Amino acid sequence: MKITHHPDEATLMSFAAGSLAEPLAAIVATHMSLCPSCRRDVAMLDMLGSCLVDTLDATPLEKPAPDAGTLRSQTEAAGADTAKSSRDAAAFRDLDDLSGNVPEPLVRLVGPSLDNIAWKRLGYGIWHYPLPLSMSGKGDLRLFKVAPGQVMPEHGHGGAEMTLLLRGSYSDEFGRFGPGDVADLDEDAEHQPIADPEVGCICLIASVERAKFKSLLARIVQPFTGL
Amino acid sequence: MANLIQRVALRGDAEAFAELFRTYAPRLKSYMMRQGADPMTAEELAQETLMTVWRKAGLYSDERGSATTWIYTIARNLRIDRVRREVPWQALPEGHHETASDDVAPDEALSLVERKSRVQAALQELPPDQYEVVSLAYIEGLSHNEIAERLGLPLGTVKSRMRLAYQKLRSAVEDLNEQ
Repeated sequence: MKITHHPDEATLMSFAAGSLAEPLAAIVATHMSLCPSCRRDVAMLDMLGSCLVDTLDATPLEKPAPDAGTLRSQTEAAGADTAKSSRDAAAFRDLDDLSGNVPEPLVRLVGPSLDNIAWKRLGYGIWHYPLPLSMSGKGDLRLFKVAPGQVMPEHGHGGAEMTLLLRGSYSDEFGRFGPGDVADLDEDAEHQPIADPEVGCICLIASVERAKFKSLLARIVQPFTGL
Repeated sequence: MANLIQRVALRGDAEAFAELFRTYAPRLKSYMMRQGADPMTAEELAQETLMTVWRKAGLYSDERGSATTWIYTIARNLRIDRVRREVPWQALPEGHHETASDDVAPDEALSLVERKSRVQAALQELPPDQYEVVSLAYIEGLSHNEIAERLGLPLGTVKSRMRLAYQKLRSAVEDLNEQ
């Protein structure tokens, strides 16, 4: 798999800063699990975070550091953490093969396979499957399945939005997007995606402004009756 | 600092931990306060970050990043969880540990100290307008739109300043990536 479209550099920086909205962060994390070069760049951006924290003045603590007894009791709890973490690491290994598989960061929301998703029909040739965010997570995160050769009406987005291709491909004014590729379009960009003529595509779409996204969806599934 | 973490990891060295605590906890408290936590919560989160370092020191891998970077990622994720009350999607470095051989050359580990000092130097050399947006993202936790509002700038300007800062950092460490 060759990834040719990556998240915007400003998006990666906000991800490392911890200031990217939850649904967008989900896209970046999933892309990173498939993209060694973005992993390396985000490691550098994490390092930048530690350099910035180093520049802060100290604020004195009210309470003292934990004493030896507290530390000992924490050590006993640590065994469980270690076991869990090696499981997480093991799950990270099989990521180059996306045939049917869900990238590891999404598994907890989607399950392990793209073949067993309870799709809901949204309109002609388009299905979706909304994913839950945390209570305070703003925006929208959902999977889309688009039928082979399906043409979307030309549209813009008018808010921060990202798309990650998981299976198949689509093409638009910006190129061809295959598995692992991310479309991180500027707010004023317009495009007219066409799904792969043979296999269509499955993608993950994150949007920060839910209302705008919903009206966009309505327009896409009802191109002749909508606005 | 990596050495202190190793002493904590290998021997459960409480004195090494106390020194880590003295060095980092007060700065992490400032970090949490700048992110909008009240002083009491900020202190709790700083304490909890260091307790996580104590519990997970055995997982800390010197190959993956500098000790300070590891501590930063723990603090950042704790903040996303407790201050923003969102799910942190950012993996802590140990989550990637098993794939290290795919994308980190063995001798890259040796250059981590060098890498950090170059990132630090590049940060200090950023023009003030780029430093400002980077700092607002990392230290105040603001999104692109919030930074644009705060500074009264178009969104595109905020993003392009961030991209410029990013490109300077990357060119500062580029030759280390190619080794």
